[in-house]
Amino acid sequence: MDASMLSQQILNGITLGATYALIALGYTMVYGIIQLINFAHGEIYMVGAFVGVLMVTVFQQGLLFSLAAAMLACMVMGVTIERIAYRPLRRSTRLAPLISAIGVSIFLQTLMTKIKGPQPVAFPQVINDALYKIGPVEISKVQILILIVASLLMATLHFIVKYVKIGKAMRAASEDYDTAALMGINVNRVISFTFAIGSALAAAGGVLVGLYFNSVSPFMGVSAGLKAFCAAVLGGIGSIPGAMLGGIFLGVAETLGIAGGFDMYKDAIAFTLLIIVLLFRPTGLLGRPIQRKV
Amino acid sequence: MLLEVNNLHVSYGAIRALKGVSCQVGEGEIVALIGANGAGKTTTLRTISGLIRPQEGTITYKGKPITKMPPHDIVSLGICQVPEGRRVFTRMTVLENLEMGAYTRKDSANVKTDIQKVFQRFPRLEERKTQLAGTLSGGEQQMLAMGRALMSKPTVLLMDEPSMGLAPMLVQEIFAIIQEINQAGTTILLVEQNAHMALSVANRAYVLETGEVVLSGPANELADNPEVQKAYLGE
Ligand SMILES: Nc1ncnc2c1ncn2[C@@H]1O[C@H](COP(=O)(O)OP(=O)(O)OP(=O)(O)O)[C@@H](O)[C@H]1O
Ligand SMILES: [Mg+2]
Repeated sequence: MDASMLSQQILNGITLGATYALIALGYTMVYGIIQLINFAHGEIYMVGAFVGVLMVTVFQQGLLFSLAAAMLACMVMGVTIERIAYRPLRRSTRLAPLISAIGVSIFLQTLMTKIKGPQPVAFPQVINDALYKIGPVEISKVQILILIVASLLMATLHFIVKYVKIGKAMRAASEDYDTAALMGINVNRVISFTFAIGSALAAAGGVLVGLYFNSVSPFMGVSAGLKAFCAAVLGGIGSIPGAMLGGIFLGVAETLGIAGGFDMYKDAIAFTLLIIVLLFRPTGLLGRPIQRKV
Repeated sequence: MLLEVNNLHVSYGAIRALKGVSCQVGEGEIVALIGANGAGKTTTLRTISGLIRPQEGTITYKGKPITKMPPHDIVSLGICQVPEGRRVFTRMTVLENLEMGAYTRKDSANVKTDIQKVFQRFPRLEERKTQLAGTLSGGEQQMLAMGRALMSKPTVLLMDEPSMGLAPMLVQEIFAIIQEINQAGTTILLVEQNAHMALSVANRAYVLETGEVVLSGPANELADNPEVQKAYLGE
């Protein structure tokens, strides 16, 4: 692999990784606050992609409007799922909401298969496939769009979590749930907010990936969800910068792996990496050392 | 009475932590709740704050029941707590911790001046305002936990063992500040194992033993009571 090929693969990897990161953020934020692996998160991403297709085809909307609509729809869906499937189980064993999440995931997959059929649906090419040359690398319009949208969304998230009142409350609640409540924070509202943000980011990921690979299917959330989950754990579950880093890291590793001739093992790369990283850093790249909550 | 706790029963599974605790706190008072490890002091405060639902019993504030209210609404009413072990948000800055204390307030302009007031009371916090709270010393964390609770402008401040783990000098300082806060108009319900200090600042006190109030009365009388002296004052 020569240098220009390598930089091209890295660029492709970062693009793919940015979409993993968008999904991984939802896993990590939800885990940070209620210690739940939201197994339905991949399906939220899938539904987001379908809403995007629906907007572009049936309602003839532009891409940005469709993206926003998908994000909004998934926000509502994420908040509703938490209310119906997780909140009633908040005070039960840790396994109960996990099983509930798997149930929601199967439900959404099946529902979408009933509505749209099991076959992948093409995502209309609303963006032409023009290629731009920057130095040794070529970048497509879709890639530029993915990188810009993902960066903007992540910057917005960073801003909210760091400077906005509800974002600070999110940090407080994810560090110490009870004490946050003792400060007058409505923790339930913060949890709803977390689901809303995480789901919106996943929906954006779904639309962008649909556009990038020109296809959406009811099962697209399974492997993307699993990989994004790996990315979240790789980065350190509960850590927002960790999810971003983990996503990019995974995307680049996967793309380089494929370019290096391991395309048969494409989906194994994420898990192999995960195992290796966890062997050396059990709490992930940016994870905090494990501390018992008192 | 401003705050009335009536016949509170709380269990953790099979463990009965409170077996009919009653106590009252009048406006402007400092009331101490003393007792040994495991007596149920923390449980009482957490139940008042709404973090634990009692099996039986009522809590009223200004004559209205608050027993079934969620914790954040109780804070909005004016009851705030400095929890046991301080529980500052270690990954947030000192300033952010104070802002969290003011979470229920809508008057953001006054919040700024109140942060300044906290800094006047605890100058060491101002020097460290951009530092993560986790990097503060135990004493500084206690000051931050108190400042944070004060940011909600509480009518009643519940304090759970503010002297825990602090050097004697600092304990004196913390208790002096508790008295100042009280003189500035805040009612205080103080949980302490340091019965000596607690009784010296309190107006009235309750002695809790294995989930029951076994003694109560004016603090100076309790301090002179031979049983209390023997069990809690080490005399
Ligand atoms: N989360 C819990 N689960 C089970 N039992 C608990 C729990 N919290 C408290 N207890 C029990 O309830 C009883 C009262 O505990 P509590 O923490 O209220 O005591 P305390 O008076 O605050 O003690 P300390 O002075 O040591 O803080 C104890 O027997 C304790 O073991
Ligand atoms: Mg206690």
